[in-house]
Amino acid sequence: MITETRQEHFHTSSLVGKILRKLHIDIPLLAGLLIISALSFTVLYSASGQNTEILIKQGVRMAIAFGFMILLAHINPQQFQRHSVLLYGLGVVLLVGVLLMGDMGKGAQRWLNLGFFRFQPSEMIKVTTPMMIAWYLAEHPLPPKWKQILIAGVLIFVPTLLIAKQPDLGTSILVASSGAAVLFFAGISWRFLLTTLVALASMTPILWHFMREYQRTRVLTFINPEADPLGAGYHIIQSKIAIGSGGVNGKGWLGSTQSELDFLPESSTDFIFAVFAEEFGLSGCLGLLCLYLLIISRCLYIAVQAQDSYSRLLAGSLTFTFFVYIFVNIGMVVGILPVVGVPLPLISYGGTSMVTLLSSFGILMSIHTHRKFLPT
Amino acid sequence: MSRAYSIKDSITENRIFLSRIVTIFVFILLLTTTLVVRLIYLQVVGHEQYSSMAKKNRIKLAPVPPTRGIIYDRKGKVLAENVPTYTLELIPEQIPALDDTLQKLQSLLNIPDEKISQFHRQRKRQKRFNATPLLLHMSDAQVAKFAVVRHSFPGVDIHAGLLRQYPYSEITAHVVGYLGRINERELKSLPVAEYRGTHHIGKTGVEKSYENILHGTTGYAEIETNAQGRAIRTLDTTINPKPGSNLYLALDIELQQIAHDALDNYNGAVIAIDITTGGVLVFTSRPGFDPNLFVSGISTTEYKALQDSDDRPLFNRALRGLYPPGSTIKPFLGLAGLEYQTTKTHSKLFCPGYYRLPKLSHRYRDWKKQGHGSVRLKDAIIQSCDVYFYDLAYKLGIERIHNFLVQFGFSEKTGIDLSGEKSGLIPSKKWKKAAYNESWYHGETLITGIGQGFTQVSALQLARATATLANQGKVVYPTLVTRIETDNSSQPTASKKPQNITLKTENVTFIIDAMINVVHGARGTAKRIGKDIDYQIAGKTGTAQVFSVKQEEQYSEEEIAFKLRDHALFIAFAPAENPQIAIAVIVENGGHGGSVAAPIAAKVIKKYLSEQAP
Repeated sequence: MITETRQEHFHTSSLVGKILRKLHIDIPLLAGLLIISALSFTVLYSASGQNTEILIKQGVRMAIAFGFMILLAHINPQQFQRHSVLLYGLGVVLLVGVLLMGDMGKGAQRWLNLGFFRFQPSEMIKVTTPMMIAWYLAEHPLPPKWKQILIAGVLIFVPTLLIAKQPDLGTSILVASSGAAVLFFAGISWRFLLTTLVALASMTPILWHFMREYQRTRVLTFINPEADPLGAGYHIIQSKIAIGSGGVNGKGWLGSTQSELDFLPESSTDFIFAVFAEEFGLSGCLGLLCLYLLIISRCLYIAVQAQDSYSRLLAGSLTFTFFVYIFVNIGMVVGILPVVGVPLPLISYGGTSMVTLLSSFGILMSIHTHRKFLPT
Repeated sequence: MSRAYSIKDSITENRIFLSRIVTIFVFILLLTTTLVVRLIYLQVVGHEQYSSMAKKNRIKLAPVPPTRGIIYDRKGKVLAENVPTYTLELIPEQIPALDDTLQKLQSLLNIPDEKISQFHRQRKRQKRFNATPLLLHMSDAQVAKFAVVRHSFPGVDIHAGLLRQYPYSEITAHVVGYLGRINERELKSLPVAEYRGTHHIGKTGVEKSYENILHGTTGYAEIETNAQGRAIRTLDTTINPKPGSNLYLALDIELQQIAHDALDNYNGAVIAIDITTGGVLVFTSRPGFDPNLFVSGISTTEYKALQDSDDRPLFNRALRGLYPPGSTIKPFLGLAGLEYQTTKTHSKLFCPGYYRLPKLSHRYRDWKKQGHGSVRLKDAIIQSCDVYFYDLAYKLGIERIHNFLVQFGFSEKTGIDLSGEKSGLIPSKKWKKAAYNESWYHGETLITGIGQGFTQVSALQLARATATLANQGKVVYPTLVTRIETDNSSQPTASKKPQNITLKTENVTFIIDAMINVVHGARGTAKRIGKDIDYQIAGKTGTAQVFSVKQEEQYSEEEIAFKLRDHALFIAFAPAENPQIAIAVIVENGGHGGSVAAPIAAKVIKKYLSEQAP
């Protein structure tokens, strides 16, 4: 791949390169993340109505998140492997804790108040679930047997259910897909995969029965947004107007009228892509998608280069989850998926998901930079 | 753990993994392509349509507040209604020079400075494109003045709306309550979507406790606006608001008026309860205040005047005022004596005008210095002999007194459908230990026996206990709202689970007979109200000490300041043989129960019974 040679170039030359290598930082990945972060500030400045206070807050959060990334990149992946069970178990215990005594925020119980700071265990489990599944499957010969698939299924199902109960549909989808991705990379048979999908589809009516009223409304709104143009459908309609009015070239930076006039709700958080699309148009959107794809390509390359089953499965799963984030968010904003609360990774305003995301990239860097035979 | 390390076929594994990575990459590309296709559809194909939607048609979503439910009394008289009103509203976003505009408006419409600062406070809580009221309740002259110059004030408009009005003003202030502007604290706990467009919320009384029923559901209208944001027309996609439900109270406004007038210049409370239903017929607390002031935004000076007044008009005496029950507690204590067989109906006691505990010198005085002579329980209730009840209380002991009285609802909230009720207190050994970390003294039992000391009750509790006694121990639950009317179908409010105090009928009959003699007997303390009526009232007077008289001092009404005079109390129910209405009257600094409180009760009872079917 093209990126490989570029990386070697960085490795051998500059002083910065040497320092970054010491820090176990993967330079192409870091470059991609920094570009996206810079984009985040640009869009956020406009979406927030030129609010510098929000930019400062986002800057602090980003600094913390990058700190986490560097920290995790430094840790040997063997350490992750060794502590997978412990971390997963801790995550599940905290999730149960949230259900029993968590704080309410926006009508859902997601936070655990530890006195000095509030903590969202569902964020942690997004990373620890694929770690656990990867550990479990790597303990056995691959591809996994029926029994292992079944146990892995249970291990995925428990945190997914606990998060869905909070209720936080978006995060539970991410956790379930991260676990399922590990199974997929481990090589479960296509026949099994299809059967499961068919079985899941036939279970939809049962799922419907367990959904909360507002979740049902969202699904119905997705199927027919015109049914509730003032309530739940309002988001989607306003978001489509914003994107569509952007055209090919966009209205230019700070030119978004939809968010400026407060037509567009949640314009700094979940619906920030609409602001981006309005201001930078189709060309900007294609550029952003390409940037995301470059990062994903680099991550998949890291997965392929990984030297043991655990690292490989984990890297693959974390990459896929990153894509699910992007797809679910943009899909929702452009109106091809129902509204679930998933932010646009690295761009939306908000701290918790950023820390988790950059932690995943930290793990990916760790996997790549701790290989035993680094190419010279 | 025995790990099943069969030899891993790492080449196969690698091959599978690589193929899976490629598959995923293709999958990702496919999904990304669908996003791209969708973006092209929106931004290229639909561009023209969407940009015209964004540019020309500035469709705004405007909340349509629901009409608040009306509150009626039992006969359908309106206690709280909505009257049309004009409000001057400003949309800050559309006003080029806000301060300048405010200044012009101020001189044009003669707006006090206070309204301006109130406007600024409210403005900060809202988004810039939302209308913020500057002047509620505009006069016709103000409306006319503004209408002429309206074109030169962009972003300022007159909004026709409804304003809450309380036609009975201070008479119902403490029971119906009032609406006020939503404050920041309330804003945090309110469902935001439901209160978009609503500026007021129930602050006290029924308006507060039935807020969610009275409020209704907010509707929405899509409004097309021009470039300046002024509404051009309302579009079809409108969700109509659902008006709040109407409430019917058990309250009888005529009786309420009578009780209010009868209290005259005194401060005090009157509660009357329909014994069969528990419906609260009268809920009076004097002095009242004009609740309409709060709806249109009370000024600081007006509020300060209410707040600082010595008569404390904002204090709900009927709900939150706690008083020593004085002798009104005696019928209940007498009943306790009979039920626990501590005393018998015929057993006599000599009253020398004071009571002494065995081996102690302290004299507990009777209100009648020369004493009542030889008294039986019945005489003790009729003449309100303190010595008899000192003795009875001593024999019963504080624990039995406590346990018996609590059954009648003392020392606990009555559960009336108003918030902020106080529970009062019937002391016990356990309570004193917890509150003061002290043990109980016999002397404290004695004064509990005449309704003094630690004992504190509310007018509501007294009326409820009286109703329960009249009801032969079947517990009465006071309620204000009897029916909720939604879309022309009305539904009674849920009634509480019936509960009975086990009492011997002959004991209750005996006590009631004594209470009839309080009003109709020759030596009764309330005999002045027993004349010239063709039905029987059972009652009991009470006088609650505001301050205590020292051992050797004489009590003289003239000598002490009005504010230190005793509170006058009276409890009653009627007709005695078929009880329908129970009443409790507390007159602050009224002096004697028989002369001041009883006539108030008599007036209410007379009016109520005159309207009942014979």
